[in-house]
Amino acid sequence: MNTRTQRRIFKPLVFAVSLLPFGYLAYAIYSDTLLGTQLLSTDPVQKLDRELGDWTLIFIVLSLAVRPLADILKRNEIVAYRRMIGLFAFFYATLHVASYVMFHLKLDIPTFLKDIAERPFITVGMIAFTCLIPLAITSTKGMIRRLGGKGWRRLHMLIYPIALLGLLHFYMMIRADFSRPYIYGAIIIALLGYRYWKKRNTDARRNMRAAATA
Amino acid sequence: MLIRIRKASDPLPSEIATKDAILNRRAFMQAAAASSGVALLPMFANDARAAMKIDNVMKTKWGADEKPTTLKGISSYNNFYEFGTGKEDPAANAHTLKPDPWSIEIAGQAGRIGKFGIEDIIRDNQLEERIYRMRCVEAWSMVIPWVGVPLASVLKKFDPTSQAKYVEFETLVDPKQMPGQRSRALDWPYVEGLRMDEAMHPLTILAVGIHGEILPNQCGAPIRLVVPWKYGFKSIKSIVKINFVEKEPVNTWQAQAANEYGFYSNVNPERDHPRWSQKRERRLTGEGGLSALFAPTVETKMFNGYADEVASLYSGMDLKKYF
Repeated sequence: MNTRTQRRIFKPLVFAVSLLPFGYLAYAIYSDTLLGTQLLSTDPVQKLDRELGDWTLIFIVLSLAVRPLADILKRNEIVAYRRMIGLFAFFYATLHVASYVMFHLKLDIPTFLKDIAERPFITVGMIAFTCLIPLAITSTKGMIRRLGGKGWRRLHMLIYPIALLGLLHFYMMIRADFSRPYIYGAIIIALLGYRYWKKRNTDARRNMRAAATA
Repeated sequence: MLIRIRKASDPLPSEIATKDAILNRRAFMQAAAASSGVALLPMFANDARAAMKIDNVMKTKWGADEKPTTLKGISSYNNFYEFGTGKEDPAANAHTLKPDPWSIEIAGQAGRIGKFGIEDIIRDNQLEERIYRMRCVEAWSMVIPWVGVPLASVLKKFDPTSQAKYVEFETLVDPKQMPGQRSRALDWPYVEGLRMDEAMHPLTILAVGIHGEILPNQCGAPIRLVVPWKYGFKSIKSIVKINFVEKEPVNTWQAQAANEYGFYSNVNPERDHPRWSQKRERRLTGEGGLSALFAPTVETKMFNGYADEVASLYSGMDLKKYF
């Protein structure tokens, strides 16, 4: 299978799989409304918020995992799916914020602004979300060309602080039992640590080469 | 709001709930029924976990105008970290709890101390229905029709001394029955406390049932506290110890985060939780889906709407300081 056929098969596949959580939540709302189930618990406002927040973090983690995975498997072609995964992180983050404003706050915008200003975990979450916006906007080929490879790469390094802020947002929200943010934290730190380790290695190799040719 | 509580001695026959199905499992139900002279036909259920109707519950005026949350809604969504920190964990995991037989240790500043079977503790009490609002500190609320007895009537049986200024309660510790205790999500045992006058207040009850049925395990079987004007976490579940003490107890959530949770924890829309507003609440009816997603939030009332009954307990106190 050549790369183009691979992409033709896997792109729609990755897209469909990434939509599964959304599909499930939409089905759960339908089923709870019309079939009398309680898939979203007694408190769907809370449950929906948490689920969407969870999926946002999961997609951020997945987008960070693409590069190390490509290196380990020595299959550079999977980096082609990273943009879609990143856009799904933005998709779920947008739904997360929208469900908070719409269902939690019942579109009470003054309270929303007050929350952003006064409630640290919401402040942190909103900073992370705001930082995601330029990354989503500059995800097109045209924007990459306009920014130039180097500028684009530098801008998209924003995903590192975004991941850490998202994690902090999750951690700050919890009342007890921090096991889940710890798990996310361990994974995120490992993924960022890998990049640091790789950069140090390549820098060292480059320095060695530079020293050898000098 | 005029509220009158009928005593066990003067039940109106017309207000005694009569149910066709008389299913009694636990001895204390039978004792309570026997003491009020109602014929009782004990039957055995095939399924030990099947819902059990409690017979001979006296209706009261409490909350007659409130529409209760469904039994499924109440019993499938709550905080009971002894069975996991997710709100659907207790319903999934509480089947390991063995609420029968059950005894409670009475300790501290009281004339009668020792271990007592639950049937001894609430024998002679008329079971009452109390439909109370339950406001969680997380800004959601339910309306719960409890079946229980006034805590005061139970505490008096143990002759608390004049040194008994507070009552401290403890939940069972047994990781075999309570799998959530295998992790240290909280500092077990779960501890709660009330000032003596709060404990003796007629609104405060020990509950043994919900919606006319024996308490489901996940709701704090077999016996739990209900203090409707305080945030839900004050209403400690599956009680194994009642301790009459001189000093203010340190309750579990206060020990966990003293800046967020105090000893009193009265419902107070004027004092926000450091991380969220307490001005409004989501009233959970048990109905899910779009109607729940779009249901308007409800204004949170001082003392959860029970100010007429309990505000006098705190006259002169700065409730922002003693939160």
